[in-house]
This record gives sequence, structure tokens and C-alpha cells, in this order.
Amino acid sequence: MNTIIDHPTAVASTAVESAPITAPRRTIITAPVDPPTVFATATTYAARTVRKFMRTPQLLVVSSLTSIMFLLIFRYVFGGAIQTGGIAYVDFLIPALAAVSGLFAGGAVGVAEDADSGMFDRLRSLPIPRSAVLLGRSMADTALIMWGTFVSIAVGFIVGFRVHTGIGSVLAALALCVLFAAAFSWLMIFLGLVSGTAQAAQGISFAVFPLIFVSSAYVPVRSMPGWMQPIADNQPVTAMVGAVRALVLGGDTQALLGHSTTWLVSHSIVWSLIIGGSFATLASRRFSKL
Amino acid sequence: MRPTRNTHQPSSGAPAIEAIGLTKRYGDTHALAGLDLIAPSGKVTAVLGPNGAGKTTFVKAVATLLEPDSGQLRVAGIDALADPGRVRRSIGLAGQNAAVEPALTGRENLVMVARFFGHDRNAAQEAAASVLDEIDLTADGDRPVKGYSGGMRRRLDLGASLVGAPKILLLDEPTTGLDPRTRMELWDSIRALVSRGTDVLLTTQYLEEADQLADHVVIIDHGRTIANGTPTELKARAGRDMVEVRVANGADLATVTAILAPLGSEEPRIDEPGRRVAVPVIDGTGRLADAVRSISDRGIELDDIGLRRPTLDEVFLTLTGAAA
Repeated sequence: MNTIIDHPTAVASTAVESAPITAPRRTIITAPVDPPTVFATATTYAARTVRKFMRTPQLLVVSSLTSIMFLLIFRYVFGGAIQTGGIAYVDFLIPALAAVSGLFAGGAVGVAEDADSGMFDRLRSLPIPRSAVLLGRSMADTALIMWGTFVSIAVGFIVGFRVHTGIGSVLAALALCVLFAAAFSWLMIFLGLVSGTAQAAQGISFAVFPLIFVSSAYVPVRSMPGWMQPIADNQPVTAMVGAVRALVLGGDTQALLGHSTTWLVSHSIVWSLIIGGSFATLASRRFSKL
Repeated sequence: MRPTRNTHQPSSGAPAIEAIGLTKRYGDTHALAGLDLIAPSGKVTAVLGPNGAGKTTFVKAVATLLEPDSGQLRVAGIDALADPGRVRRSIGLAGQNAAVEPALTGRENLVMVARFFGHDRNAAQEAAASVLDEIDLTADGDRPVKGYSGGMRRRLDLGASLVGAPKILLLDEPTTGLDPRTRMELWDSIRALVSRGTDVLLTTQYLEEADQLADHVVIIDHGRTIANGTPTELKARAGRDMVEVRVANGADLATVTAILAPLGSEEPRIDEPGRRVAVPVIDGTGRLADAVRSISDRGIELDDIGLRRPTLDEVFLTLTGAAA
């Protein structure tokens, strides 16, 4: 009310005239004829996610250091108190860490960040096959999990871990680790989508701890209380770490693991397919209704 | 009056966006309560409303990010509820957050989104280079976005919505949280984009923004449209132009009131302590000239005289006040 002359349209046109003239465009962009394929979408998003990880030293260093610290604590602090029959604890431990590193990786946090930042809103507004976004995410997360696995194995060798079988079995074990990583990546994607913010995702990631610790990953199931043993014996992580152990440590372990190599490998594959399949379905459903 | 709009093609039949009776409920909250809205083709439409009016929900429905509970929605002539996939090929969205990846460079961000629009590698590179020029970020294009200012990030986000050359651009509160200078820079960028003929729907809580950028303004509140029209039409609804005079000497107030009374379409309003008199007029500029002439003929000394036009603020407050 203090301004006596208030002529917004006049102001507007002055502003327009004084607006800087933008540089001439080099090309006129034409709208693409076809939407991108599932493959192009998934690899584009996967490449971006891996690049982000590589260019964020905090992520790279912190995640590697965390898994190394865990490894060293179990190897040198708890290891001596854990009875693993005829197997050295370091040989018991490293295959397990390689199998479950997907449950320690921060996949859920990355997904929650993309949900929170508006990245997923943008992606969902684009003419892409929607399921391909999560597929790309799973590909990237699997690669990042395998990075953690390689770090664990490398440090494992330094602190005394040795393979007791041949190259064929080791490659089979690594292939299983990739399969487990892919399955766990879908679990983490789902948790990330459900939590919505990075902080919540950090918290919700601890929900998988019982799965890791109530298993044969760190201690033999026989050392647990009687009521807990059937749970630990029959859950997926026990089958997965058992399969990797059997492949790299050989037949001597059969008594300790309680099952044949074939039984463990087949069960771990079935579990991976169940985990991967069901969380991929749940995550895709969630993604389309974000 | 607004030279940048001249390159728009005349509207060709179908509106860019047409919503009829849209509803969306979240629990007990009616985010959209039977929203009717038309965004004409070839124009910049601003959806104006207070926080919680339903602006973002509406944009999300148009962008096919959420499905309305009921109603009809056509975007670029396509039924958005029946065929959301085709709608996505016609729109570009820049949301409230700058959805750009800080660890990547500006160019990498644009190439990524261009690939998602369906460009092959080469076309994506070209589109990114062209958009970087257009949003004036070429010099910074190969720096990681984490070193960008807030305004640069928003510009990049705006650019990302353009690499697929969409028919309709959806900008959800594009300048929220920016300082005034950065806001004006972003307005310049938006004007430049508009000048090439893309239809734009933008939401804003800033009346000035709607006034500056839009040809067509839709005011919504509580999930409903409460008014729409050009900024000028809407201002006309808030009242007439006023000739307002402030005399140097309070003793002249009565004389000036007598001079103004015959010019006005209503009785003059007198503010004695402020030594001010105002009268609503029709044909503001003509009556202002009359007033200046008559007052100077009588040799009355003035502090100020002017024509005050209603602002969108007044329209907004009048309308949202009534609807609340």
C-alpha cells in the first residue's frame, strides 16, 4: 500500500528485455523416437551408481575399513575362543565373510538416498522400463558387494587363510558369492525403498543382523543353545556359508558342516533364488507406488 | 508486452493438460478434491497456491508418479490414467529438489538423463552439449556437481528435464529456497526455454513468479481450482485501478477529494492522518492524467500522485481467504 505506482506488467517486460540473450544453440535436440531398452536403462543407471561410489572416497574407504576391521576382530579377538573342530578359525571365517558381505554393504542407504533426493521421481517420470532401474541398481550393488568380498579375501590371505581345494572349486565358490550378492542386493533395495531416508535405511539395515549372527557364519551352530540350533541350521545364511566353505576347504569339513557339498550348494542356490525373486518382486511393486 | 512469448505457435486445439474432477486422498487428507484445470497449449501456465494446496500432488499425477483416485487427466492429448507410458514420452519433470547426482559432472548428469529419454550414446552427448549451452553451464560442464551453487544445480536440473526435447515441461516449485538474485537468474533460464515453444506448467507459491513467467494462472487451494485466467484478468477481479494522491499540506485534502470525486467510479477513500486520498477509476491512465492536470491547475503541492494497480497478492488473499 506504500507504493503508489505499482505496475507489475511494466516491470515484467523490462525484466524480459534486459534478460541476457542465451548463446546460440549448436544443435536442435529432437525427441528420441523409441524409449530406451531394458538393457540400456539398467546399464546406464548401474554405471552411474558405480561411478558415484568410486568418486566418493568416504564410501569406498569406510566400507572397506569396516569389513577389514570386522575380519581382524574375529580373526584375532574372538577367533581363539571359538572351537571349529579340525579347521583353523581363519579358514572357517573367510569363506563366511565372502558369502555374507552383501548383508553388510550399504545398498539400502544408497537406494534410500535416491528415493529421498528426487532421483527416483525423475526416473519414474521418464519413458524407461521402470523395472530396469532396480535391475541396474542390483547390478551395481552386486559389483560393489563383490568389491567388498575381494577386499575380505585379500586381507584373509594376509592373515593366514588358505584354500584347500583346486581352482575349479574356488571359481565355483566365487560364482556362488556373486549369486548371493545379487540376492542380498534385492533385499537391500527393498529395505532402502521401504525406509525412504538414508538415516532410516542405516537403522533398518541392522534388521538383518540376526540373519547373519544366528547362523554358522561366525560360530559353529553346535555351540548355540538347543532351541536356537534348528533356527540357525535351517536358515539361508547357514546354507550359503556352508556351501562356500565346503567348496574352498574340501571334504574334511563335511563332519563339521553336517551336509554334503552338493546338498549345501543346491540349498544355497535355491535360497538365493527365493530371496532374490521375492524381494525383487516386492521392491518393484514398491518402486511403482513410491 | 512480453517479447519472449511471441515465438509461441497459436494454440492448436487440445490443451497441454486437462484435468477434470481429479481426486487423491491420503488418509483423511484430500490432497486433490475434484480439481478441474486446463493448461492451454502454447502457453506457460502457473499453478499458484499456498503450501498444502495440492500443487505437488497435481504435478505428480501429471508426471504419472501417482495415480489419482478418480477423475480424468489428459496430458498432451493422451489419457494419463490409461496410458501413462506414452505420457512419459511427452513430458520433462524438474521437481522441488534438484535431482542431480553430486558425484557426477554436469555433463555426465545430462548424458545419463538423455540416455533415459531414449537417445543413443552420440545423440545423448549432443543433447547434453546443447543443453549445457542453453543453460549457460558449458564452462562448468565438466566439473562435479558437488562444487555447484544451489542456483547452478537448479539450472542443471531444469536442463536435465530438457535433454529429451519434451512437449511439456513440468516445473514443481522451481525456485523454492533460492535467494532473490538466483531466482531471477533461473527465471531468465525458464523464459529462454519457453521462447522455443515448449509448453510449461509450473507450480509456485510466489505470486511474483506467476506474474513474471505465466500467461495463464490457476489458483488452487484445498485441492480445488478457485480461480484462473491471465494475470491481468485475475487482477481485474481483485478490484479496479486506483488513483492515489498524497498532499503536502493536510489542508488541501478536501479540495483534492473534490477534484477526484467526479473522476472515480466509486466514492474517494480518505486517509486523513496519511494526507492521502484514493479513488477507484475505470481507464486508470486517462483518469490519472486528468487528476494531474486539475490538481496542478489549482497549484496544490503534492508529495506523490500515482496509479496503483491491484497485485496478484490481493487476488490471492481475497480468493484463498474466502475459500478457507
